[in-house]
Amino acid sequence: MAELRTTFAGIKSPNPFWLASAPPTDKAYNVVRAFKAGWGGAVWKTLGEDGPPIVNTASRYGSLEVGGLRMVGFTNIELITDRPLQVNLDEIKQVKRDWPDRALVVSLMVPCVEDSWKTILKKVEETNADGVELNFGCPHGMSERGMGAAVGQVPDYVEMVTRWCKQHTRMPVLVKLTPNVTSILGPARAAKRGGADGVSLINTVNSIIGVDLERMAPQPVVAGKGTHGGYCGPAVKPIALNMVAEISRDPECAGLPISGIGGIATWQDAAEFHALGATTVQVCTAAMHYGFKIIDDMVDGLGNWLDAKGHAGVGGIVGRAVANVTDWQHLDLNYKTVALIDQAACIKCGLCHIACEDTSHQAIAAKKAGSERRYEVIDAECVGCNLCMYACPVTDCISMVEVATGKRPITWLEHPNNPLRQTAK
Amino acid sequence: MDDIAARRLGADELERNFADIHVPLDRKRALIEASRCYFCHDAPCLEACPTGIDIPGFIRKIATDNVKGAATTILSENVMGGACARVCPVEVLCEAACVRQAQESKPVRIGALQRYATDWLFERKLQPFTRSPATGKRIAVVGAGPAGLACAHRLALRGHDITVFEARPKAGGLNEYGVAAYKVPNDFAQAEVAFILDIGGIRIEHGKALGRDVTLARLRQDFNAVFLGTGLAGANALALEGEDMAGVMDAVAYIERLRQAKDKGALEIGRRVVVIGGGNTAIDIAVQARRLGAEDVTIVYRRGPQQMGATGHEQELAQTNDVRIKHWAQPTRLIGHKGRLKEVELEYTQLDERGRLMTTGDRFTLPADMLFKAIGQNFVASPLGELLELSGGRIAINADRQTSLANVWAGGDCVPGDDLTVSAVQDGKVAAEAIDRALRA
Repeated sequence: MAELRTTFAGIKSPNPFWLASAPPTDKAYNVVRAFKAGWGGAVWKTLGEDGPPIVNTASRYGSLEVGGLRMVGFTNIELITDRPLQVNLDEIKQVKRDWPDRALVVSLMVPCVEDSWKTILKKVEETNADGVELNFGCPHGMSERGMGAAVGQVPDYVEMVTRWCKQHTRMPVLVKLTPNVTSILGPARAAKRGGADGVSLINTVNSIIGVDLERMAPQPVVAGKGTHGGYCGPAVKPIALNMVAEISRDPECAGLPISGIGGIATWQDAAEFHALGATTVQVCTAAMHYGFKIIDDMVDGLGNWLDAKGHAGVGGIVGRAVANVTDWQHLDLNYKTVALIDQAACIKCGLCHIACEDTSHQAIAAKKAGSERRYEVIDAECVGCNLCMYACPVTDCISMVEVATGKRPITWLEHPNNPLRQTAK
Repeated sequence: MDDIAARRLGADELERNFADIHVPLDRKRALIEASRCYFCHDAPCLEACPTGIDIPGFIRKIATDNVKGAATTILSENVMGGACARVCPVEVLCEAACVRQAQESKPVRIGALQRYATDWLFERKLQPFTRSPATGKRIAVVGAGPAGLACAHRLALRGHDITVFEARPKAGGLNEYGVAAYKVPNDFAQAEVAFILDIGGIRIEHGKALGRDVTLARLRQDFNAVFLGTGLAGANALALEGEDMAGVMDAVAYIERLRQAKDKGALEIGRRVVVIGGGNTAIDIAVQARRLGAEDVTIVYRRGPQQMGATGHEQELAQTNDVRIKHWAQPTRLIGHKGRLKEVELEYTQLDERGRLMTTGDRFTLPADMLFKAIGQNFVASPLGELLELSGGRIAINADRQTSLANVWAGGDCVPGDDLTVSAVQDGKVAAEAIDRALRA
């Protein structure tokens, strides 16, 4: 089978699947169970400064259910670890000793004071952990205390803290980025300037996952009130993919290793992140939903797929799709597709027709011969938008077929309708 | 054990045998099932429903926990949506048309979802309907079965006052007296009648039979309009010698006794039972005979499984209740001893080259302590007293369910068409709207 061993920012792991810093990595018990199940690495749940431990609420998670599917989106208002610092450090040291081949990275969040970072970095070094991940991402709770996303949203702070950390430790320093910014490139470039060995993204998205209409309060409800939380799970994957791609194709961030995070539940999800430039991926919600055993198919499925595609290892696909991510203005406006309905597969639900008729281009005719329904694409009206293909509940019933126009490719930059078009000299 | 006896089974077993045959969907299951609906455009299921219930519409409401809205959508088109959810042959109507049937041979369980919504409303005793202002018009409805009650309900909604004349002590028609007990347990038919009457404006006079206690001529004089929903009063006979001997029974009459029996154990049933017929009544009597404790029950039908009036689903129900279905045979002789049935002689049948049914000459006998005739019912026209045009032996109607008499409408089993509760409800509803239009003209 294809080689799944990965080196990310100098950190080795037997496969690219790490557990993200989160409740599943809060203590040795969980992490050891994960390693036994086959996870390639883990980022230990964020440690804070020594002192009175953090206090958490009862009722911490909220879930978005869509069409009967549970946890399509997930949110939490949990803070960093609520266990004493030394307990965590002792456990990290023991786990690393017992599992030397796995990546064990420690997530950190302390106040924006150089000494605070210096102090905790020394303590983490003593555990022999493989690296640290700076938590500049959590959008809730800690951000009110000037940490987490409050740092991650200010590129100058990101750069400053990263630089401190690089000065005060020999360990690789990963910077975990918050998606709660207008452009991910600000903090990503700052991390690079600060000397980061890699970035991991995305952290959770600021959100209210739902409103309890009985209690008239945002979920999760804590004694009648709620607060914004960190959104994750399959629903955030598109946001994460875009941000990973933005960094991958940014010349200033060139060479910055990426650990992809956000809604990864299967090996296909992982492969998409790899294709957009991630060297490793981190998983949380899927494990919280189904337990650690999902790793079996992730490893197996990715390996089988790489074999089928003729890749010797994960490295063969990292960044492979980046060159095809471009700006809208570079797309070929003469490229044409039309919908094709496989009449033999059609179950006559009419969803393609009504979607096109009510909300798009009136390009699917509803015909009726006696009681027999038939839906036919009107090629001349079809703009190739894909809507019918997605509304159709039957797999592969509607396909989008490329139509030869005989016209040469043309982008908006050259298009006659563009007043600012570039004309050939 | 006697050949015909009561109490073949203990009270506990009988209670289990006649309890609800279907486990209702709870909320969680209903939500999962509702999520399977594609919310089709111009939905085939809707087209397949004789009452035209907006099926995708009510299922979507279930999916959003708007169960009251779902029930109201159903009951607006079919006020007996609760009974139909239990007795409709959905496997040949809405569920047969479901696109998921085409896709994966597993339709959305529309009947079960309809029951979930209507049960929800009934359990909470909610009344979604209110009557329009009183019109002062009076309409006579003959027969308190599905057609009559559906007509009465719709007319009452439109503000008219209705008097229903019903020969039997209870309303509900076949839902009360005919359908297999395990399909409508817990006195459901009466709960539905109460729901229908709850809107007001409907008075039922029990013990009033057409032709005996009231006449059509008098009703036409005393009321602004008349709706006939009398059903089928006659049972078809085998036309064999000895049909009057002990042990030879009419299935419909027996089921009626069974439905009304507080103590099912008191009913006498044969040890070896033969049922003649191929419709749902044949299945109903056969399965219920088994569930009363009959040891061997055989349905004999003169044609094949495809020609049976009973749906495939019903045939399967018979078979899983250990009822044997013997196709291509018909009875030729009833053999008794001292006035009691002992055996049935049957002859094999087949189709000739022109597709006509013929006997082969080969005969065989089945031991039988009881034989149930379930070969259909017929319309008895004599109580009408007046000359109403008939069609195929039943009351002729136009698209509005209007008869050949100007102020008389009819529907249900006494008119041509499918003998289904859902069709009867549609007849009553359509007639009511036509009557309302006529009275306002």
